[in-house]
Amino acid sequence: MSILVFVEQRDGQVRAVSREALGEAVRLAAALGGPVVGVCPAAADPGLAALGEAGADRVLLAAHPDFALYDPAGYAAAVAAAARELKPAAVLFAASTMGRDLAPRVAARLGAGLATECTALAVEGGRLVASRPVFAGKAIQRVAFPQAPALASLRPKAFEPVAQPGRAAAVEPLAVDFDAAAPRARVRRVTAAAAGKVDLTEAEVIVSGGRGLKGPEHFPVVEALAAALGGSVGASRPVVDAGWRPHAEQVGQTGKTVSPRLYVAVGISGAIQHLAGMMSSRCIVAVNKDPEAPIFKVADYGIVGDLFEVVPALTEAVKGIQTRA
Amino acid sequence: MIQVVCVKQVPDTETRVKVAADGRNFDPAGVTWVLNPYDEYAVEQALRVREQQGGGEIVAVSVGGASVPTALREVLALGADRAVHLRTDVVAPDPLALARALAAEIGGLKADLVWFGKQAVDDDQAQVGPMVAELLGLPCATVAATFALADGRVTVEREVEVGREVVEVPLPVVITAEKGLNEPRYASLKGRMAAKKKTIEERPAELGAPALEVVALELPPARPAGRIVGQGAAAVPELVKALRDEAQVL
Repeated sequence: MSILVFVEQRDGQVRAVSREALGEAVRLAAALGGPVVGVCPAAADPGLAALGEAGADRVLLAAHPDFALYDPAGYAAAVAAAARELKPAAVLFAASTMGRDLAPRVAARLGAGLATECTALAVEGGRLVASRPVFAGKAIQRVAFPQAPALASLRPKAFEPVAQPGRAAAVEPLAVDFDAAAPRARVRRVTAAAAGKVDLTEAEVIVSGGRGLKGPEHFPVVEALAAALGGSVGASRPVVDAGWRPHAEQVGQTGKTVSPRLYVAVGISGAIQHLAGMMSSRCIVAVNKDPEAPIFKVADYGIVGDLFEVVPALTEAVKGIQTRA
Repeated sequence: MIQVVCVKQVPDTETRVKVAADGRNFDPAGVTWVLNPYDEYAVEQALRVREQQGGGEIVAVSVGGASVPTALREVLALGADRAVHLRTDVVAPDPLALARALAAEIGGLKADLVWFGKQAVDDDQAQVGPMVAELLGLPCATVAATFALADGRVTVEREVEVGREVVEVPLPVVITAEKGLNEPRYASLKGRMAAKKKTIEERPAELGAPALEVVALELPPARPAGRIVGQGAAAVPELVKALRDEAQVL
């Protein structure tokens, strides 16, 4: 049986998270047997043959003039049609904003079980078992699927892409049968984020600020360190609730769950709902004036002190390294 | 205009999660149950739409066990007109099963707007809203950060990795609410008194066959103990050295 992967494109570019999903599909296909097949709804081929190098054996191109931007009903029809035709063991999505919206629609159409935001997939006794954080990471739930196909969305950055240089995927057209005249949600436009801004869920480095900053006017301290590290800015819940920072920057339960390479918590005490959202980061650094703050219990490295002295010094030190390098 | 708000009762976000004796579920002993935080934004937006429209009915619906009427009473206190409790003793039904039960109830209500929170903060699945939409054949916009209704059309904006998507969709529609969609009100004393007189109908939830099977619930591995590298700005060189040489993240 095959593994089907939803291939996500924006602006004619296949997104990196889809390469991660293809990589996991290659590992599952090795355990279960069968090809790795992509399905990509798009207005025009975004260079799908090149996905052979990311592990795809075949990619089905569901071309439709309305598919340049995300089209929830149209994309769902395309992926469901591919699943009905292939009868795969599993259908994988990236748990991106698009995948999070699309996967439940496809699952409902197929009457299939879906596990979202998975951080690991395993084949145990011939059946697929998905691990997924619940309570924003306070616990891990492991779920199996009573019927095929098993649908799973994969948390960005939790899975490794594969590199199979020189390999090309066969690109085949997929007929999309959906009623473009029926009432449906339409994405009319996408307003661009500020240049260079990386969404927290995909960021390699995050510097988050909390109440210790004392006011929104002091966030440039955090922004400067984030800029020096080439990272994104996050925030704790109290800071977002107080209106200092937008909700898109909130890390924790009722915000984003993140797992960057480096997470720096500045003036954040470490409420349990915040820890849940960042505990899977590879390396955690905390700067806080209170040596008893719970954040130090999860931090790999901590500095106790006044953040207004420590953080600018850290920013300068990081810049110094980069100048030398 | 008829609006439906689907809500879930969840453990408070300060809850420390313990695994139940069955090794598969969460241990509810001693937990404070609250209305799912994202659902508060859905309820608030439904109330605002009713105010904007100068009337209409808001029906609150929830699936679950014996404690669920407490959450529904909260929504009634905020201003919903009536509530339906789809009763089940199944612990944590899977999202498709929940969506089937909700769709069976909502299908007969002829609602123009069906509201959900973007996800429940317990199982974090973020599935039930769009699944109900599919089962009812309704369009759906998820994770709405803004909402506007004019001439029978809804416009929402949703945060995506590259910016914001502006989504237009005609009524009737299912919307799931993101935090920050609005500023939810608190229930007034008058609202709480009125809620006592409102009805909560109870019917069995038609869940159907499970689509997921929970094999285990586990606590995440504890992080290895870290260390305080020092005090104040003087500790920065030591920190930088550790980040570069030990952790290799610089």
